[in-house]
Amino acid sequence: MSAVTLTDIVKRFGDFTAVHRMSLEIPQGSFVTLLGPSGCGKTTTLRMIAGLLDPSEGDISIGGKRVNDVPIHRRNLGLVFQNYALFPHRTVADNVAFGLRYRNVGKDEIQRRVAAALDLVQLPDLGGRYPKELSGGQQQRVALARAIVIEPDVLLLDEPLSALDANLREDMRVELKKIQQRIGVTTVFVTHDQTEALAMSDRIIVMSKGRVEQTGAPEEVYNTPASEFVATFLGASNILSATCTGIDGDIVALDLPDLPPLSVPRDRAPRIGGAGPARLVIRAEKLDVLPDDAAPDDRYAVAGSVETVDYQGQSARYFLRVGRHSLQAINMIDTHPLPIGASVSVRFRARDCAALPSEPRT
Amino acid sequence: MGRVGNWGWAVIRAYTVLVYLFMFLPVAVVVLLSFNASQFGSFPMTGFSFRWFETLWQNEAIVRAFRTSIALGLMTALVSTTLGVLAALALVRYRVPGRDMITTLLIAPILVPEVVLAVALLLFLNALHINKSFGLLLMGHVIFTLPFVILVVQARLVSIRRDVEEAALSLGATPRQTFFAVTLPLLTPAVAAGALFAFTISFDDITGTLFWKPGGVETVPTQIFSMLRNSISPEINALGTVMIVMTVGLPLIGAGIARHLSNRKGG
Repeated sequence: MSAVTLTDIVKRFGDFTAVHRMSLEIPQGSFVTLLGPSGCGKTTTLRMIAGLLDPSEGDISIGGKRVNDVPIHRRNLGLVFQNYALFPHRTVADNVAFGLRYRNVGKDEIQRRVAAALDLVQLPDLGGRYPKELSGGQQQRVALARAIVIEPDVLLLDEPLSALDANLREDMRVELKKIQQRIGVTTVFVTHDQTEALAMSDRIIVMSKGRVEQTGAPEEVYNTPASEFVATFLGASNILSATCTGIDGDIVALDLPDLPPLSVPRDRAPRIGGAGPARLVIRAEKLDVLPDDAAPDDRYAVAGSVETVDYQGQSARYFLRVGRHSLQAINMIDTHPLPIGASVSVRFRARDCAALPSEPRT
Repeated sequence: MGRVGNWGWAVIRAYTVLVYLFMFLPVAVVVLLSFNASQFGSFPMTGFSFRWFETLWQNEAIVRAFRTSIALGLMTALVSTTLGVLAALALVRYRVPGRDMITTLLIAPILVPEVVLAVALLLFLNALHINKSFGLLLMGHVIFTLPFVILVVQARLVSIRRDVEEAALSLGATPRQTFFAVTLPLLTPAVAAGALFAFTISFDDITGTLFWKPGGVETVPTQIFSMLRNSISPEINALGTVMIVMTVGLPLIGAGIARHLSNRKGG
């Protein structure tokens, strides 16, 4: 059964359509991420699920019940904001207890559940402090404890990690996912950060300009992007124009200008309908840059040269010139990256590529 | 160059000191003379005494004026703060049609000279055949103090993040419970400051009060005013001192309490 269902949701602000007709089913207990750049409609969608915005059209159901006319305070949701939104005039324990006070929970029971929630977010001793005495990471843990202590039907997270420092953000990401799995609450997570989305989600919904670009498991969205937008938004991708010369069983044959032809497995090009203009997507991590005297192997190989190197310690990002194409490659390195100007052999496998039908330019 | 600069600064400094002397010396004189033992309010002082405060306390007209002023001030503060908080909430939190115009109208009483406001209200109510009354006086004071409350509360309300209220709603508090559990407590310093403003302004006001007060009702300022018409008695100095202590002391105490509260709570 799905915990949250959106049916033909549309949200307009005056003449501006923030969310175009959108339908979505979020399975019970799953972690679903709305991913996209700012202004793509992801937060608007979350706020409609929360009941902070009314959809212009369409239905929202939570737990199989239509909730369009149910105000936010009766939807039983946990909401976590980017800026924590703790009550500054209440102690940590009072913050966490807030939701329970409106739920006919006895005093002892409140105390027990607040302590359990603070244990869960690893802040068992801070109940007596005020929010401003805590660090950003601690405040966000308190906000999480406050949201889950009421045992919400759905946990809604609006960029909860974006205000934290980079290191802390990674720790919190792992911990947040762990807590979510332990309590098994259905979670809708909004972020613009592809790493967070890939690391945490059961399912990613990539949005752009108020429309859903792709829905799928993280690997699916990453490996088989449905559009150029998805390919470029998730990670560094090379996109080459190509021509599909035909489909033969499980093989999609592509002609590339300046480069030898390439055959991509059918399942990496599900949206190609037949011969015609197409796009080839190659992830930067899938391009292997070798010295040009490296022994040939069974991979597709083209000759090129290094134009720029962006050294990142354990890896390096190369900007390569291959014929008239500029390509990006991200490679793990042992000691030194290849020098600028080096002649190289660029290798990749056809099954690591994806092919898309060419989109009309807008 | 540097020498001219120094000289210029010295002049500015001296001028500043003179301005402050000019402003506060009369006040200091009033306070000093209120403790003078002599019958005549003039220097040199002949001794230190509280006798004028005692006669003040025994003067029934003055005590009555005090009662009126305090009652009027408290009611003004109550009404003005309630209306002011509601107005600020509406203007900041909701999309009200004609919001800018309403804001201007509500703030206007500060910008219009008090005499104009006083006469206008009087003429307006005359045209409606409504007689002067304590209610009218209260209404005048509310109109006059409301802008201060709205400005203070609005400024604070803007700084209260909407997502804090949204968090309370999501946790199951109704909009009304959210207001009382979250918004109002966070607004308290501004509400208290607004109420204090309203009280002091009302307590201090004379221009509007002279126009609006019904016959036989005196507030402390109008009482002083009418006493001054007869003679300058040392009693007036004592009364002035009490006024100064109240109008300066109350806001100071209020600010002190506010600071103490915010230190303790970390809000």
